[in-house]
Amino acid sequence: MPVKCSLGIDKSQAFPADLPIPGSGPELFYASRITHHASRITHHASRFTFHVSRITFHVSRFTFHVSRFTFHASERIIMEHTYGPVWVIGEQVNCQVVTVSLQLVGRARTLADELNTSVEVVLLGNHMTDEHVQPLFAAGADRIYMGNDPALELYQPELFTEMIVKLAGDRRPEIMLIGSTFMGRELAPLVAARLDTGLTAHCIDLVLDKDKILEQIIPAYGGLISIVCPEKRPQMATVSKGVFPKPDPDETRTGEIVMLDVPTGMTQRINTLEIIREEPEGVSLESAPIVVAGGAGAGDIEGWQKIEELAKILNAGLGSTRPAVDEGWIELETMIGQSGKMVSPELYIGVGLSGELQHMVGIVGAQVMVAVNNDSKAPVFEQVDYGIVDDCREFVPVLIEKIREHQEKQLTC
Amino acid sequence: MLNIVVCAKAVPDPKDACKIKIDPATKTLMRCEVPMVLNQMDKNAMEAAIRMKEQSDARISVISMGPPQAGNTVKECLALGADQGFLLSDPAFGGADAYATAYTLAKGIEKIGPFDVILCGMASSDGSTEWVGPQIATFLDIPVVTMVREIVECEKELWKVKASMGHGYRLMEVKLPAVFTVTRELNQPRTLSFSGIIKARKKEITEWGLNDLGESAESVGLKGSPTIVSDLRTQDSKREVEIIEGTREDKAEQLVQKLADAGVLA
Ligand SMILES: Cc1cc2nc3c(=O)[nH]c(=O)nc-3n(C[C@H](O)[C@H](O)[C@H](O)COP(=O)(O)OP(=O)(O)OC[C@H]3O[C@@H](n4cnc5c(N)ncnc54)[C@H](O)[C@@H]3O)c2cc1C
Repeated sequence: MPVKCSLGIDKSQAFPADLPIPGSGPELFYASRITHHASRITHHASRFTFHVSRITFHVSRFTFHVSRFTFHASERIIMEHTYGPVWVIGEQVNCQVVTVSLQLVGRARTLADELNTSVEVVLLGNHMTDEHVQPLFAAGADRIYMGNDPALELYQPELFTEMIVKLAGDRRPEIMLIGSTFMGRELAPLVAARLDTGLTAHCIDLVLDKDKILEQIIPAYGGLISIVCPEKRPQMATVSKGVFPKPDPDETRTGEIVMLDVPTGMTQRINTLEIIREEPEGVSLESAPIVVAGGAGAGDIEGWQKIEELAKILNAGLGSTRPAVDEGWIELETMIGQSGKMVSPELYIGVGLSGELQHMVGIVGAQVMVAVNNDSKAPVFEQVDYGIVDDCREFVPVLIEKIREHQEKQLTC
Repeated sequence: MLNIVVCAKAVPDPKDACKIKIDPATKTLMRCEVPMVLNQMDKNAMEAAIRMKEQSDARISVISMGPPQAGNTVKECLALGADQGFLLSDPAFGGADAYATAYTLAKGIEKIGPFDVILCGMASSDGSTEWVGPQIATFLDIPVVTMVREIVECEKELWKVKASMGHGYRLMEVKLPAVFTVTRELNQPRTLSFSGIIKARKKEITEWGLNDLGESAESVGLKGSPTIVSDLRTQDSKREVEIIEGTREDKAEQLVQKLADAGVLA
């Protein structure tokens, strides 16, 4: 992106469209206006040089030198950034844009507005029409880079990575968001390593700090930590479905579609032969009005089966914590939390689980929450509405009995 | 001969993991208070390697980056059946994010020598990013398949694997050398045998530091990490809990009543 600059008075010198950095020797410029980012420049020389291509300089009598990767700025020099676009790597299944992509576009819109930049989506597939991508515009996208080609019908890791990396080199996004889907979780680290930038996994929030750096929030060690990627760009994060709400579609919004060419002559060492999607059995965890989640406290498979039975009688989705998966009581797809599913039931019942944040962040906006735990000091009791301090292996069968009685009463009256 | 590299990580024992604190000054994890164990899914990677070796002529190298205590993890893999062990340990490697970890491991793997198959657990229990496998592949410029749950064909250079996709899978054809990150579904890891432990005593662990890898301190550890922890905060959206008291029967009955009253017992 060309560097814009307002020129100073004496001996002023325009920035060339592409700054000669690393330098062919020191260059001297004269500054005309002062900005509030001065301290950041002096303290973060390397960051400055990285940002050089997207900075607007207001230059005048304050002298600063750009030489190689060093930047000597007077304390009071002010700069104004122009930011690259906020990107979302979109995903589609049978040409339908998946929910998490729309949710990410919604968040990208907010971030882009704060950065005064645009939202761009990269969407690769085959047989997609304008109609298929309209939801992305309605969710807040300004521009869609669309690859529509038989070669892109199935997710091909090397081809997808190559196309995204190449386009990112041209567009220089400030931020790149990717859904924590099975594709996104593989593609994101491949793209990040190729672009030589940082990537944060499974974020539960994304906000800009006062310096407009992306704070990528994840739960850890009993609290929340914020991860930043201060120097490298783009700032990349993966986010699960359900972390951000689906934005209300604004059908009046439109945008530009830019078609992408598929690179030719690329030798791919890996080939996706087929993708088989099976329908999950039983109650869907993500849409169930009641979710029963079990944890390590189940003790063994028999204890676990009682929790399963509780879910069944309530016609609830059955969720789990990581230890339950590790024990082999239940498959990974049922894990709720930061690196698993996000659920938003009316009623959540957590049984034999401690309430670690990595699990609890997966329950979004539940109306009523209940915990059963034999340790009255378990942190889960600070995060629910009703607590039962008891051995779940004993209590759950009694609870099942009472629910059954309640259900029978309901039927008879 | 098939040259297999298994990437193994020493992680805080998940059973004690909640004791881990963040060092307020460096904002990295203080891992040392908790006993370290071999990461669960790396056991699946190790198991896959052993089975490959049982079927054909192969050599298994295990590599780990971590503090000196991580040597025990390497030793455990040797006892499980790895032929040689490598520990990348240097204070400069500390505080690495996934990117810097993958970079350092890639440099170590290159130094070990020729490789055909690199196996990693899909994720570690303490970091859980899933990035290290794919990024090793990028730094070595070889393909990767993540979340492998079944190896369908492994003759010659072209392998076929099934990768997990929640409900469903993708079938991938890959040209070696390649990285595979594996899930629990791939196999049931064997446990340590006494004879294995005895045999492991004779196996050497090679330890490499920054200078051995010929890297600068800027490209590894905290300094080589694009991401940093910038802030810690507490989560405050806590609810007012009502602990329901009484006998077991009472408690169950009251709970059902309260949930029914709240209209959530559909
Ligand atoms: C980066 C990262 C990502 C993670 N992502 C996730 C995630 O997405 N989802 C997830 O679930 N975890 C995740 N974890 C793991 C998470 O930190 C916790 O380890 C996990 O949620 C704890 O599960 P638990 O509550 O079942 O087990 P524990 O923490 O061991 O708790 C068991 C609880 O059961 C109670 N109990 C024991 N016996 C009984 C009994 N007989 N009756 C009643 N109660 C009993 C105990 O008092 C205890 O409170 C992640 C961890 C990391 C580091």
